[in-house]
Amino acid sequence: MRKTPLLKRRENNLGLYLMALPGFLVLFIFCYCPMFGIILAFKDYNFSDGILGSPWVGFDNFVFFFQSGVAWRLIRNTVGLNLLFMVFGQLMGVTAAIFLNEIFEKRVAKAYQSILFFPHFISWVIVGYFTFALFNGDKGLLNNFLHVIGMEPVNWYGEASVWPAIMTIISVWKGCGYFSIIYLAGIVGINPEYYEAARIDGAKKRHEIRYVTLPFLKPLIMVNVFLALGRVFYANFDFFVNVTRSSGQIMETTDVVDTFVVRSLTVMGDFNMSAAVGLFQGVCGLILILTANMLVNKFDKESAVF
Amino acid sequence: MKKKLHKNTFKTVVTLAFIPICALCLIPLWTLIVASFSTDSDITKYGYLLWPKTFTLEGYSYIFAKPMQILRAYGVTIFVTVVGTVIGVVVMGMFAYTTARRSFRLSKFLGYYAFLTMLFSGGVVPYYIMMTQYLHLKNSVWALILPNLVGPFYIMILRTYYRSLPEGLYEAAKLDGAGEMYIFFKIALPLSVPAIATVALFSMLGFWNDMYQALLFVENQDLYPLQYLLYRITYETGIIQEGAQTVGRTVPYQSVRMAMAMLAMLPIMFSFLFVQKYFVKGITLGGMKGD
Repeated sequence: MRKTPLLKRRENNLGLYLMALPGFLVLFIFCYCPMFGIILAFKDYNFSDGILGSPWVGFDNFVFFFQSGVAWRLIRNTVGLNLLFMVFGQLMGVTAAIFLNEIFEKRVAKAYQSILFFPHFISWVIVGYFTFALFNGDKGLLNNFLHVIGMEPVNWYGEASVWPAIMTIISVWKGCGYFSIIYLAGIVGINPEYYEAARIDGAKKRHEIRYVTLPFLKPLIMVNVFLALGRVFYANFDFFVNVTRSSGQIMETTDVVDTFVVRSLTVMGDFNMSAAVGLFQGVCGLILILTANMLVNKFDKESAVF
Repeated sequence: MKKKLHKNTFKTVVTLAFIPICALCLIPLWTLIVASFSTDSDITKYGYLLWPKTFTLEGYSYIFAKPMQILRAYGVTIFVTVVGTVIGVVVMGMFAYTTARRSFRLSKFLGYYAFLTMLFSGGVVPYYIMMTQYLHLKNSVWALILPNLVGPFYIMILRTYYRSLPEGLYEAAKLDGAGEMYIFFKIALPLSVPAIATVALFSMLGFWNDMYQALLFVENQDLYPLQYLLYRITYETGIIQEGAQTVGRTVPYQSVRMAMAMLAMLPIMFSFLFVQKYFVKGITLGGMKGD
């Protein structure tokens, strides 16, 4: 009796089809249609012929990009900075969560957590505003401070070498609270008996962290690392454009694929190379995440994400 | 006894160590607040400080003397945020629900369909061409809404939640003759309020802080959302100049800029106090491993 006849089940499911439809369409139009547009990477696009009508040019766009001299710089900056953000972001998130968990007064811990979380709510435009307030070479807060302690002011927006560090700090500052919440929830969920057992065996605090807390957090860390890895070829455009103020002197270390693509699109109107770069980005990201998942499945099945 | 004392010292040190860290978290914000209450000449002369040399409201008064610009930007942002969140949440909720119904033939397919968009994208160029050449959304407020309606990650959060509800619940309602739509709106939706609220908050924050879509698709100044207006006045002071004649004095660019940033952030700062605990709940929900 529990099994409804097939026909009836289908009939009843009409509602489900209807409910899936709007979401299906939105994803189709805004995510899948542009995917078909990747053929543009192999074409010389012009408005009058449209996507399908424009002439094919093979791999010319890719050749052009890789011979432009900026390709290596863009890839290095994008991947390198994203890896820095990922490593330090997760590291600080886990550390903050472990320490927050040590605080006796839960109200105090909550207050700290809220403050750490606050930067997550601030838009990148405003982050750009106060990055400028802190680092501007003329009257920035940091240079004012250097002046007070008798040091020479630094023209920060002209020093390419310090920007990977600055970007990492800002990224951690913005994301740390978010990750600490995830990890703190993970820690709170650990059965206290594990800690008691460890203590009976003579474990010190650091042993507890090393042998109980971290192993339990591992699956959560894996998920976040995976999400970050999948995006490692994509830079957060809003972040980069606002924080670096597109300053030419620091582009050596801060120009990334996304800022380059939008710049060539909106300033130079160069569709062809940008399309090639976009496809390159997508394919690399896909390969990376599939490989990573395969490796994890092979060596540590329990932590596999999908 | 000694050990206990040692342990408490550790905890105290940890507790105190967070104070400077939290201070560092808030200093940047404080700098902006101070700058927004400083005179333009002070900012030019002394730069950014931790306390205003001369306290002034000139930045704010300048904006309020001719508030059309910021009010309009506020209007655009509020419209985009509200409409986008409401439609988005309903669309995502329904979609996630169908992917969570195990008896539904397409549930698996639709799940992958949403998930795949997290793994691969066609890039900005095809997207840009499609939006401008085929959908003709350039300079349309819908360009700020439609592309951000559905987030695959939010669908995953909702899906995990609907999966956690017992399947028997839906089956029982079905046996009583309820249609799928009815089951969703009358049973599943009310039960998933915590997950829905979280997704709504995330999506609101996303819409409120977004400037990327405006940067790509909006040229008409009347359609600038708040964040994009802030972005533009960083580089083009000309945009704020409009009120100059009416007020009849030079424009205190720096103070105006900072005051505008504060006004744009005010709703976020204010609502943060009330909603952050829901965010915390939601992140915990989404951070857990789903299938």
